[in-house]
Amino acid sequence: MSANGTRQVMDAVGIHRALVRIAHEILEHNKGTEHLALVGIRSRGVYLAQRIRKAIDEIETGGSIPFGVVDITLYRDDLDRGLQTPVVHGTDIPFAVEGKRILLVDDVLFTGRTIRAAMDALVDFGRPQSIQLAVLVDRGHRELPIRADYVGKNIPTSRREQVQVRLAESDGVDEVVIEG
Amino acid sequence: MSQRVVIAGGTVVDPVAGKAAPGDVLIENDQLVGVFSPGAGGAESDTVMDASGLLVLPGLVDMHVHLREPGYEYKETIATGVAAALAGGFTSLACMANTDPVNDSAAVTQFILERARVAGGARVYPIGALSAGMKGERLAEIGEMYRAGIVAVSDDGRPVMDAGLMRRALEYTSMFGLPIIVHEEDGHLAAGGVMNEGVTALRLGLHGIPAAAEEVMMARDIALTDLTGGRLHVAHVSTAGSVALLRDAKARGLAVTAEVTPHHLFLTEEAVAGYGTNAKMAPPLRNARDVEALRAALADGTIDALATDHAPHHHDEKEVEFENAANGVVGLETALPLALRLVADGVLDLPALVARMTVGPARILGLPAGTLSPGAPADLTLVDPERRWRVEARTFRSKGRNTPFEGWEMAGRAVAVLVGGRLVYDDRPGTAAALRSAAS
Amino acid sequence: MAFTQRHLLGLEGVPAAEITSILDTAASFKEISERDIKKVPALRGKTVINLFYESSTRTRTSFEIAAKRLSADTVNISASTSSASKGETLADTARNLEAMRPDAIVVRHPASGACHLLARHVSCPILNAGDGCHEHPTQALLDLLTIREHLGRLEGLTVAIVGDILHSRVARSNLHALRALGSTVRLVGPPTLVPRDLAAFGAELHTELAAGVRDADVVMMLRIQRERQGANFFPTLDEYSQYFCLTEEAVRLAKPQVIILHPGPLNRGLEIASAVADGPYSVIMDQVTNGVAVRMALLYLLVARSKGEESGETAAEMIGDAEPVRRRTGGRA
Repeated sequence: MSANGTRQVMDAVGIHRALVRIAHEILEHNKGTEHLALVGIRSRGVYLAQRIRKAIDEIETGGSIPFGVVDITLYRDDLDRGLQTPVVHGTDIPFAVEGKRILLVDDVLFTGRTIRAAMDALVDFGRPQSIQLAVLVDRGHRELPIRADYVGKNIPTSRREQVQVRLAESDGVDEVVIEG
Repeated sequence: MSQRVVIAGGTVVDPVAGKAAPGDVLIENDQLVGVFSPGAGGAESDTVMDASGLLVLPGLVDMHVHLREPGYEYKETIATGVAAALAGGFTSLACMANTDPVNDSAAVTQFILERARVAGGARVYPIGALSAGMKGERLAEIGEMYRAGIVAVSDDGRPVMDAGLMRRALEYTSMFGLPIIVHEEDGHLAAGGVMNEGVTALRLGLHGIPAAAEEVMMARDIALTDLTGGRLHVAHVSTAGSVALLRDAKARGLAVTAEVTPHHLFLTEEAVAGYGTNAKMAPPLRNARDVEALRAALADGTIDALATDHAPHHHDEKEVEFENAANGVVGLETALPLALRLVADGVLDLPALVARMTVGPARILGLPAGTLSPGAPADLTLVDPERRWRVEARTFRSKGRNTPFEGWEMAGRAVAVLVGGRLVYDDRPGTAAALRSAAS
Repeated sequence: MAFTQRHLLGLEGVPAAEITSILDTAASFKEISERDIKKVPALRGKTVINLFYESSTRTRTSFEIAAKRLSADTVNISASTSSASKGETLADTARNLEAMRPDAIVVRHPASGACHLLARHVSCPILNAGDGCHEHPTQALLDLLTIREHLGRLEGLTVAIVGDILHSRVARSNLHALRALGSTVRLVGPPTLVPRDLAAFGAELHTELAAGVRDADVVMMLRIQRERQGANFFPTLDEYSQYFCLTEEAVRLAKPQVIILHPGPLNRGLEIASAVADGPYSVIMDQVTNGVAVRMALLYLLVARSKGEESGETAAEMIGDAEPVRRRTGGRA
């Protein structure tokens, strides 16, 4: 624990191992990559999804898995509660959703509201065969009946604490820390 | 039995002599006895009115107000207009003819005078219409109105587009020595315009009225004055070009006089930004260059009078789209402090300023007002030049709340007003109640 | 950069960064209109009133589609069916609408400044859909988005706006926004319709079409109103057309990759030759498509922002997954 109350719970090696394990579990559970598609939730979910895709490619040869990005800004249920500066970066699903096994990827699973919004966004593009969820961290405190199919690490937290996932792509370093 | 009151201890401003000096003003009944050096004017039997720290001025004259009665009592009545005038330090008012019915007959003139007598307080002088119904077609019965008591002729608000009619009016009124007060605006150039033509109008997408709309009409009327030997008084001059025309006409010895409003001396077209309808008036607010020229003209006497063009309107007539809003602003209760600001700004000295608000307009209209000469009516305005206050339209005595000066911090206001020797307005702290009862 | 406007009354004075953020948001919304299900729930349960005192099928429809694609409920009030014909003042109309608790009001009105007046009487955002000769900000924004899509930038471009600048709210909004974003703006037309004072806004003024469009990156034609000829702004439409109709010959003077915009509806053969309107450099249909995206972006930004202000809570508290504030905002600011 550092002086300012920040505690590291995963380092770069830990994150890498967790993602490789998730890649294996995905392949095992889906019996390969057929009909599989990865969708990252902006913004760190996208980087994690890219890493998982790379890990799957290294395990399983064959065509690359379809990849998409979902921005849940327009699907939030908290507009009334005030996002002061909504910034929309756009959703990009460059494949037919119909009949796909969609693997949704995000960094932290907390209340479940982000995942609910992401699923709403996805089904606006068509009817997938199934939606599965992979997260790097599950910190508990769900407010909706949502669970992850693949979890990098379960980290019990208090509601007041903040879990921060930092990734090299956006933050220059790979680590997960708890603040507060 | 005569009653003598000495107003003692103040600074007496004499606009005719061009002096401001400590002195006592002695009144006997409804007339001025004269101005004496401090302590020299009173006798033991006199009532003393303490004017320490106050300016003592001849009662102010506003030669351009709209009292709205008859016909538009929801905007203002003669009684509320007079109350506003007294609160603003004015003891004499000349009211414009654009009532309903128009003051184009002796009957309406008499009605206005009767209402003013009932209202009491300030002296009200009607201005008669130039044309019947202010339609700009044929002359009104100016001679009959003259007998009834008008002091000038004007179709104010409705510029006289017919040059032939204006020529005849100038000729005809010269028989009575009445000035013609002109609202100079060429209807074709101003057509559809709602503010000054220029950068701000372009920015706001509002149709502009060019300065030339005023100047071409003024040039025409100056030429007609030269032709006829009539008397021309230009109302609310608003442009630098108009000032140049005036200066030239005066240099040529023509009987041309002019007035300017406080708002044209303090505001520019930029006051319209945001579409505030209290910055909408005719003529429109112009540019900084015009403001400078108007101030200089007021200082050097090219402009003879400061007049408010007090134009009360109902809230509903201003709370509409800018282009549909009524023209005009109220001015009676803000004119004096704004004028004093001109002195503070060094535009002109206090006696000169007071002259533009007293003897200047009084001479144009031939009113027995605006001087401290022995025998003159005892109309006096006592001003506290240090009184600090903030303009809040809701406190106005006028029914009109349409001021562009809302929220302005002012220094100076009238604290006591005498008309014919009677204290008709008193806002001095402490002494107020006692003197009010003594006066009644 | 944050979007800070409470209303969209005009583009004058709106900083370049905020204009860019509107365009970015609009660009990200274009994808929604390409989906099978052209709808996102962002404004579900919100009410948008389209208050139109001038008929404008094009703009009203564009706003209505924009609101519906964001799942807002829309109500159209046109002058002929509203209380306006019964003499109700705009201020009273505003008070009445306010009592119905709308979440945004889109206003088109023949009087300049009408939106300012409404904004003083309602608590929800006002979107100016054209007020008198003042501004038409959404039209300018869709023009900017169209230009940016085709030419990749706005800074350093030369944009010629041709026609009745004096009476054009489209020209005013474009002038302000293009200047803010670093374009050179030329205003082209007869001096009666291009007053000299416009130079004060940083525009170049031209009375000759050829000089105005020479080497221009963008030529924006304005619709000429027939009633102007009766008011002596020019003698006849025919003569106007001889001097200011954009022909293929005139287009050849502009840069080779020039694009031609027109806010519509077109007066073919009057201010724009049919061959130009239908030519390869014409992006008029892209303008229409972008209109929906721009209006979606503005409805979204203004309604979301107004709700944020009312709640008085901070963004950090409001994020659904209340952990890492930086997760949402870091790296984007």
